Amino acid sequence: MKSHLARISPFILALAAAGAQAEEEKVLNVYNWSDYIAEDTIAKFEAATGIKVTYDVFDSNEVLEAKMMAGNSGYDVVVPTGDFLQRQIAAGVYMKLDKSKLPNLRHMDPEIMAKAAAHDPGNEHSVVYMWGTTGIGYNVGKVAERLGDDAPTDSWALVFDPENAARLADCGITLLDAPTEMIPAAMNYLGLDPQSKKKEDIEAGAELLMKIRPYVRYFHSSQYITDLANGDVCLSVGWSGDVFQARDRADEAGNGVEIAYVIPKEGALMWFDNLAIPADAPHPDNAHKFINFIMDPQITADITNYVWYANANKDSLAYVDPEILADPGIFPPEEVKARLWTAVAYDARTDRIVNRAWTRVKTGN
Amino acid sequence: MSAPRRRAPLARMGRALVALAPMAWLGVFFLIPFAVVLRVSLAEPAIARPPFTDIWEWADGVLTIILNFGNYLFLIEDPLYYTAYLNSIWMAASATLICLVIAYPMALAIARAAPRRRPMLLMLVVLPFWTSFLLRMYALIGLMAPTGFVNTVLGALGLEPIVMLQTDFAVYAGIVTGYMPLMVLPLYATLEKLDDSLLEAAHDLGAGPTRAFLTVTLPLSAPGIAAGCLLVFIPAVGEYVIPALLGGPDQLMIGKVLWTEFFNNRDWPVASAVAIAMLAFLALPIMFIRNALGVKE
Repeated sequence: MKSHLARISPFILALAAAGAQAEEEKVLNVYNWSDYIAEDTIAKFEAATGIKVTYDVFDSNEVLEAKMMAGNSGYDVVVPTGDFLQRQIAAGVYMKLDKSKLPNLRHMDPEIMAKAAAHDPGNEHSVVYMWGTTGIGYNVGKVAERLGDDAPTDSWALVFDPENAARLADCGITLLDAPTEMIPAAMNYLGLDPQSKKKEDIEAGAELLMKIRPYVRYFHSSQYITDLANGDVCLSVGWSGDVFQARDRADEAGNGVEIAYVIPKEGALMWFDNLAIPADAPHPDNAHKFINFIMDPQITADITNYVWYANANKDSLAYVDPEILADPGIFPPEEVKARLWTAVAYDARTDRIVNRAWTRVKTGN
Repeated sequence: MSAPRRRAPLARMGRALVALAPMAWLGVFFLIPFAVVLRVSLAEPAIARPPFTDIWEWADGVLTIILNFGNYLFLIEDPLYYTAYLNSIWMAASATLICLVIAYPMALAIARAAPRRRPMLLMLVVLPFWTSFLLRMYALIGLMAPTGFVNTVLGALGLEPIVMLQTDFAVYAGIVTGYMPLMVLPLYATLEKLDDSLLEAAHDLGAGPTRAFLTVTLPLSAPGIAAGCLLVFIPAVGEYVIPALLGGPDQLMIGKVLWTEFFNNRDWPVASAVAIAMLAFLALPIMFIRNALGVKE
């Protein structure tokens, strides 16, 4: 039903445009990550503007990118991660934002927007929605039981040192199925530049992952949330907010599982998810209204309080739960922030090297 | 001018129209998409929308056509692809055989059942198709998960849990249960039409039940076996959902490779080349099955 609506809406719009240069029909099609918005955000937007929102979700950048590259997706607002955004901008997927329609831009944190500008120069096509890190989520009790009290829980050595990995294998290690995040993390642990595009660096990272592969239960980007919470696995390389969700679920279940999230001392990937408008969006005006609405400090704070991801809205921090604000895993202190790196968009050739290396890691040959 | 004379060309036109319909169907839903995929497979990946280059260019009255066969060479150079092709064919063929061994007695039993009970039995075979394919696969996950139904029962009996998910076994279980009706139905259709008098003749001539089955029933049901095997084998080779949900990193199948090329590597030309190569690769085993079972029009 949703996709049907999305598909016919351009025609309705064309008809409306033919009649008169009237206002856009009151419809907006949003495509966002799953579990990535507060429960009442859409309802509040609809009440405030009278625009009816069709809200669809995806769970990987790859799926979003395939839709964007094919064109005519029918979506008005989508949420790609920085390095994907960068490549899609180069392919001409997104329109430039009309900043006169986005007065709430004044609430954004200039420092974070400047970092995000590495992917979108001048922030011309996008606004940061949420940001987070790719670190380690672990079961405090089980890890201490196997590695003792002096376990290196502040370091990538916890999983990238084969000896530690071997001792944790029986209670379950999982890695993200995200080559552009896992291989640079391994490169960084080896002392190489995580942003390097050199073939030998990438292969060295993959080589390290091959060594711990025998101890990895699976490669998946969402299953670990449930498994960490249930105590079915005891260490996951994962996305900050997702690990916090697992921690919350374990707390709610009262099953005695204690989950912690750490940004390892060697550093971690800092990523940005961004609101952007496809160049062929059927309702660009409504899309601008939506992006402006999200940048309202209270609305952004509500989302952060619900999804446990940091936002880039400096004026929203006054409304963010103090507990979240104080959590170094969500809003890392300055000295930790200094060790975070951002993803680089690979050219087609490097892309192939990274993905080929990743296929070898996953299949073991 | 008399009426019958005028009807003749109309009847011819009618026949032509009837023949045209399936041709048009094939053209629109097979040939054109095939041509599109073939074209993409000869292009080069590009950071553009869509993410590949044009294979022809018209400038100053000169038509330039650039065909890039590198994508096919790439498939030959990297062992990943033929490993995945061979593994897919092996897994699909094994699953088809398992399906056949289970489905044949079922189809035979239904064909030999009292005519009034047959619709009911057939209904039971088709019943799973009333549930979404995806739901049936998730149900299998529920059965086979580490904390799933089977292991819970084993635990209650004081037995060690078995690892089933992310193994070959889980993928076979998925294909066999998922495609079973596609095997049973064509088998039933041929077995049901089997002339009983032939079996009686075999018995009269002194053949035991085994010999009668091997020399009469089995050869006469060959068209059903071929149809059932093809219906199961063809979709199973390219299967993506079952190995993705039930298999693990070790169950390398071409459907997953195709997904990786298309989504992870965003290399539409290589993904298209994989698809075209699979079609060519598949035509051979299918022709082999058809010939082996002596299928004739």
